[in-house]
Amino acid sequence: MTTAAPAAVTAPVPREDPPRRRRVSRDSLAAWGLLSPNLLVFGVFLFLPLLATVWLSFYSSSGFGPREFVGTDNYTELFGDATFWRATANTFLYALLTVPVSLVIGLGIALAMNKPLRGRGVLRAIYYVPYVISGVVIAVAGRWIFNENVGVINRLLRSVGLDGVPWQSDAVGAMGSLVLISIWTKIGFVMVVYLAGLQSIPREYLEAAQTDGAGRWQRLRYVVVPLLKPTTIFLVVLGVIESFQVFDIVYVLTGGGPGNATEMLVTYAYAEGFDARRQGYAATIGVVTYLFIAVLTALWYRRQRAQEADL
Amino acid sequence: MTALDRPAVRTGSRARRTAPPARGGAGWASWRAVALVVGALVMLFPLYWMVVTAFSDQGALTSGPLRFFPENPTLDGFRRAFTLLPFGQFFLNSTAIALVAMALSVTLNLLAGYVLAKYRFRGQQVVFIMIVSTLMIPVQVVMVPQFQLVAGLGWINSYWAVIIPRAAEAFGIFLCRQFMLGIPDEVLEAARLDGAGHLRIFWSVVLPMSRPLIAVLVILTFMYRWNEFAWPLIVLNDQQLFTVPIGLSFLQGEYGTDYPALMGMALLSTLPVLVVFALFQRQFVEGVARSGLR
Repeated sequence: MTTAAPAAVTAPVPREDPPRRRRVSRDSLAAWGLLSPNLLVFGVFLFLPLLATVWLSFYSSSGFGPREFVGTDNYTELFGDATFWRATANTFLYALLTVPVSLVIGLGIALAMNKPLRGRGVLRAIYYVPYVISGVVIAVAGRWIFNENVGVINRLLRSVGLDGVPWQSDAVGAMGSLVLISIWTKIGFVMVVYLAGLQSIPREYLEAAQTDGAGRWQRLRYVVVPLLKPTTIFLVVLGVIESFQVFDIVYVLTGGGPGNATEMLVTYAYAEGFDARRQGYAATIGVVTYLFIAVLTALWYRRQRAQEADL
Repeated sequence: MTALDRPAVRTGSRARRTAPPARGGAGWASWRAVALVVGALVMLFPLYWMVVTAFSDQGALTSGPLRFFPENPTLDGFRRAFTLLPFGQFFLNSTAIALVAMALSVTLNLLAGYVLAKYRFRGQQVVFIMIVSTLMIPVQVVMVPQFQLVAGLGWINSYWAVIIPRAAEAFGIFLCRQFMLGIPDEVLEAARLDGAGHLRIFWSVVLPMSRPLIAVLVILTFMYRWNEFAWPLIVLNDQQLFTVPIGLSFLQGEYGTDYPALMGMALLSTLPVLVVFALFQRQFVEGVARSGLR
């Protein structure tokens, strides 16, 4: 890395140059060699299908028989498709609800956990456990716990004299259960990443702020949160990407229902591609989803960079 | 931290003994502990309820008063699950797939991370950006062409269809690169001067220095592969080859509401991930921290 540059600069005799270049090229040969299994898998099983998806979005295909070139018909249809817009709105809403809430709660837990405490390891593990459980397990358990009639949550609510919430038959209730369950699964990961971030904050900064008379809240607001900004950026980007790719939980928990109240872009693409067997149209949804993710990620990075330039 | 909160009292033990402000810190600390414990109970409740359900009698769950522990604990739910679907087979299948896929992915991750962190070559930045950008590709979205590709290779109903397309893993490579940037070049240079080759340096120098990283990778990849649902569902049609998550979704779909059986299997299917997590969790936070995941 940086050591290579000084070596080249200080090299006193020009004669040293050719053998050095040879070593570099042998190194780059080794680099490509060591990378090749990865590049092969990425190329064949990800980039090729991605290109094929773009290509397929201009065709009509059921997977059987010939495919037919339809130009931009799929895209035209997509813009007039109410289900697509509903899925888009749902996906944005899901990201807007799950990402900030899980970040705030996860940061709170990380802050509380960042000091010596008996049983800290056990607590940390408990908060993290939901993150390692599969989406399918979470969804089948969620269907049982949020069951409108016999689920434990509604039975608890009724036992204290409240009405049960229509978690399954109502659009808002279904989205609510999905969001609550998702936050439950995400908190642990956010906490671990923030804990790692907190450990990198030099103690002297906090002590200096304290000497200047900053209270607990002010230290958090003006020292800790700004210093955690790179962590936050990372978590937001990852959270948004994850939200736009949410599939297993939705597919098993609500199946996109009731109606299409919890249909997401990816579940809609899957339903069109593998259930309705409209592969060209599914590919179109996929291309647009990919563009959403790419644009959002780029916008977020640019905003952060602009803010840093202001400072 | 309570001592830090009150720098004034650090002047002497006498002052500290008489200083009332310490009580404020102690109060804060205990609130913190109470809040964390209450939060932990909320986090655990769904799992606890799964346990209660799994050991309960189907009828007692849906009628009568709400009970927070099974009145007559029974293993019938587990037994029924194993007779409804061949879950023993599913567990074997999932184990084989997850272990092979994990070994393969972790090896490839480490190699790529090492090269991207410690080699200099033309196109390096481009390769790294392209790899990281694959994180943005929703896997379900490219599944149609992926499926056609795998079908063309004749891999449908084979474990390779599940394992190979997921063998290269951008997030793991990203973690490896960030972690390995922290390995000093001097160490590698010294090994090189001793005559060690590329793979030799990787094996005897880089890997021993990457143990927390490997712990993170093992947890994450085992978890991803064990939990994966949509892709195996598409490429495995033969029930004998099903993985546990597919079995769970079928158990829910086809057999209505046998909740004890469903929750019993859901819990059993979570155990292996919990065991792997428990074994490696000590190194986990360190690994995350040193991967620059922040």
